[in-house]
Amino acid sequence: MNNVMIDTGNYIAAKAAVMTQPDVVAAYPITPQTTLVEGIAKYHETGEFKGEYICVESEHSAMAACIGASATGVRTFTGTSSHGLLLMHEMLHWAALARLPVIMCNINRVVGPGWNIWADENDSISQRDTGWIQFYCSSNQEIFDTIIQSFKLGEHEKVSLPVMINYNAFILSHTSMPVHIPTQKEINDFLPKRKPLWNLDINNPITFGNIILPPEYEKVRKEMQESQENAKKLIKEISKEWKNKFGRYHGDLLELYECEDAEYILLSMGAIGAESKVAINNLRKKGLKIGLARVRTFRPFPKEEILKISKNSDLIVIDRNISIGMEGALFSEIKASLYGKSDSKVYGFISGLGGKDVTFQDIEKMCEKVINGKANDLEWYGLEGV
Amino acid sequence: MSTRPLIEICLHGRGGQGAVTAANLLVAAALNDGSLGVQAFPFFGAERRGAPVRAFARISDEEIHLRSEIYNPDIVIVLDESIMDVVDVLKGLKKGGKILINTRRKPCDFTFSNKFTVGTVDATGIALKNEILVGGIPVVNTPILGAIPKILDRVTLESIQKNIKIKWKGDQSNKNVKATQEAFDQMELNQ
Repeated sequence: MNNVMIDTGNYIAAKAAVMTQPDVVAAYPITPQTTLVEGIAKYHETGEFKGEYICVESEHSAMAACIGASATGVRTFTGTSSHGLLLMHEMLHWAALARLPVIMCNINRVVGPGWNIWADENDSISQRDTGWIQFYCSSNQEIFDTIIQSFKLGEHEKVSLPVMINYNAFILSHTSMPVHIPTQKEINDFLPKRKPLWNLDINNPITFGNIILPPEYEKVRKEMQESQENAKKLIKEISKEWKNKFGRYHGDLLELYECEDAEYILLSMGAIGAESKVAINNLRKKGLKIGLARVRTFRPFPKEEILKISKNSDLIVIDRNISIGMEGALFSEIKASLYGKSDSKVYGFISGLGGKDVTFQDIEKMCEKVINGKANDLEWYGLEGV
Repeated sequence: MSTRPLIEICLHGRGGQGAVTAANLLVAAALNDGSLGVQAFPFFGAERRGAPVRAFARISDEEIHLRSEIYNPDIVIVLDESIMDVVDVLKGLKKGGKILINTRRKPCDFTFSNKFTVGTVDATGIALKNEILVGGIPVVNTPILGAIPKILDRVTLESIQKNIKIKWKGDQSNKNVKATQEAFDQMELNQ
């Protein structure tokens, strides 16, 4: 039991980040990410984190500092949340287009106004098109394991893209759970030092980010798309390698639970994906053939895997976000994945916005509404007056 | 060994009394005593010193998938008796549930002692006696932890004390360990 650490999602993330031995961490505090960067600062003080810790004046600067450091070829990490992530927006595009594997935790929090610090995925969903790989975690162990795996993925020569590890405000960031921590040697064996594709070097000066003409720019975009496709394969390989080495597996692009004979499959992300397992167990006890596909990666989007599971099942989607003027973002992507290739019905629920609690009873009710033929295409679950 | 049912605990206190720390120490002790799935979390929101706060703990033999709040606790722990005037601490408490209160009164002094298992301990007195103070104010979280093994068989006093020794060192640790022992010895139960 010596290697079990019991702590909050943020402190576990700090531990994971430090164990990847980053050269530079640049961060700016924001609720509910604050204890993550406090944790890293503490490791810096004790000497466990030997890299450079840069205190900056804003999140835009935090990402800019990570980009600058990453461009010199070193390993970088940061963390943010909500408005902090939004302030980084320009730099997020920059990191991805420069093909720099900056690794970042984003603690999913509501976007204001109305001031609200609770869980909601609209902050990271609105960064969908920046080129970043996006993971969504459902437990502290998954946060730890995904951070380590993300460095291997993002820094891989076939990917070379930044990675955002998302987890829900408070529900994970401030909840203590036991987490198995490998030894530093085990981490080092799994995660070799970064080998950059290019880097700034004062002894060998180059220019980066200069004018680029349309044909070349289009090529850059296509290469990014191909790298995201490569990431799909690598995420599977890396999670399998992790499983073989450490005995833990949280799924790859999807985590499938009780899906084999399922007539209905529930899809959700983040903490709702964990709570859903309790709902699935209860619905199974009632004799309903239902399973869960927890979506771990929003980018790259697992469209092939979702098409595959839709073969014998109708799909129920719960979004803790909404693309205003359309519908839940996950709901849209899932329908696009099936278009013209599947006859399965897809039902979407919006639930848990603004940090509203989503209990397993709520999830059961949503599923039963679909199974009983009572659900519309898009439902706002539990909202007063709807 | 068959799997024991999930235990859900709700702690009520005031900001600064250490309800969250108590929840964390409690589940760390439960993990040490063989409950493989544990969770501790605060009420999700801004905390202010002196304002009513809640913290939660779950203890299970298996990995816990629940991420929602606790609405129907098995056990309620009240760190500050005066909270009971403004917060319905019995709300949602399961039938046959248990409640542990920091008070100088006896279990039979509480009208609900005919419905629930009621434990009482003067954690404030123990904190004052052992000089467990922050800014001159008694911190009752560790003393009250010492009483919990008497109402919850998933956790031992030894494990609680072990985790206190991990968290604090020297005199601070000794005072807290002594306080848990006193709470364990002095606690009174109605049944």
